[in-house]
Amino acid sequence: MSSAPHPASPPRVVVTGVGAMTPVGATAHESFEAVLAGRSGVVTIEEDWKETYGLSVGFAARTTAPPTDVLPRHEAKRLDPSGQLAVVAARAAMADAGAPEVDPERLAVVCATGIGGLWTTLDAWDVLRTRGARRVLPMTVPMLMPNSAAGAVSLALGARAGAHSTVSACASGAEAVAYAWSMIRAGRADVVVAGGTEACVHPLTLASFGAMRALSTRGDDPAAASRPWDTGRDGFVMGDGAGLMVLESAEHAAARGARVYAEVAGAGLSADAYDIAAPEPTGAGASRAVREALTTGGLSPADVVHVNAHATSTPVGDVAEVKALRAALGDDLEHVAVSGTKSMTGHLLGAAGAVESIFTVLALDRRLAPPTINLDDLDPEVDLDVVHGAPRELPDGAALNNSFGFGGHNVALAFVSA
Amino acid sequence: MALSENEILAGVAELVNEETGLPTESVEMDKSFTDDLDIDSLSMTSIVVQAEDKFSVTIPDEDTKNLKTVRDVVTYILNAQS
Repeated sequence: MSSAPHPASPPRVVVTGVGAMTPVGATAHESFEAVLAGRSGVVTIEEDWKETYGLSVGFAARTTAPPTDVLPRHEAKRLDPSGQLAVVAARAAMADAGAPEVDPERLAVVCATGIGGLWTTLDAWDVLRTRGARRVLPMTVPMLMPNSAAGAVSLALGARAGAHSTVSACASGAEAVAYAWSMIRAGRADVVVAGGTEACVHPLTLASFGAMRALSTRGDDPAAASRPWDTGRDGFVMGDGAGLMVLESAEHAAARGARVYAEVAGAGLSADAYDIAAPEPTGAGASRAVREALTTGGLSPADVVHVNAHATSTPVGDVAEVKALRAALGDDLEHVAVSGTKSMTGHLLGAAGAVESIFTVLALDRRLAPPTINLDDLDPEVDLDVVHGAPRELPDGAALNNSFGFGGHNVALAFVSA
Repeated sequence: MALSENEILAGVAELVNEETGLPTESVEMDKSFTDDLDIDSLSMTSIVVQAEDKFSVTIPDEDTKNLKTVRDVVTYILNAQS
């Protein structure tokens, strides 16, 4: 236990840097420009997986550039693709924050994943079956473990205040931001590089999510497949990517004159205890997370101007979230500009909440909410003011980012414009 | 056909370069893997396993621990391939 005195009020937490590799851009800022422009990152998979394995889905959202374009070969070789994406995004976030000099023992990492080192695991299994145990590479375990990316980022940045991995399926990335926020509030670190990574577009995951009937099968028009809140939505689109942000105590940021994108004001976490995969249909658990994000941030529903919704494009999930928002925000939902950016990026699973937090923070910074694409016919059950067609100007205020995951995990984050 | 000492050295240098990013010319006969080239045990194991493939030889674990320098590896492969 630390013997340091507990401050009367916890430190405020701000975002000073963003880094990402996503299906719509090789950097965080390039990705945000792409979603402002309404560009889809969903593409047909070039490999012949669909035919070879009889998959129902032959498309996904893949990063615009491979991380090996940026990483030296020997470094890439020691990392699963998910770790590669995380290291690139983390370094970019620190550079974007102005390469702050931080005492290593006050610098931490929280890097989430939903699935972990899937490619490494399956490649090693293939090597074992075809060539025997002596050919299995010694880096296999350090590359496949779910904390691999957190460890690799900690190593890359020399972060010694702690390296953590939050694992809560599609809520993982948002939970990482929540954890980082609480670390700074608890005085455990001054700066935390936080976010998530995922690189699991693979025949096995396409087959497995496909077996749940969770994926869109709109193969004739992949760019139109992810269509949150549209009556024609039929499931989500898998995606690869990573996003990490530099979270910093407001005091530390001010002392070095850092540019502040937005404040991380609050976070709310809950569990449905309803079903291992299906969302609780009334959105009760999710609405508790949203309310907690507001109350921990000292905010009221009237402060909210923007929501970057979880909105994966599944028939049930999209409506449950609407009910949750309605329950948490009430009539104040009328003046909230809601965006569903998965319509463009696809669903980055363990990285989704992190990348969408970056979009939320940049939306507040630019006072501009991104559009939702593929919204041709709004589901009558969705009584939200959905931004579509073009970006929407935002006033000063608070913005929420929601993320929900298999297992019944709900995470809501509240940000406030700087 | 057996490879010469220089050909084996070049091949080992390539493996070290791929594993660590060290320039191939830094992989000299009298360099120690741990003390001079700063190669950790997992990387060393990886290099040995890949050397087995590349040179079609077998290097048992009990021999690997005696391979301290680049010359040790090159000599081992030179003798093992005959």
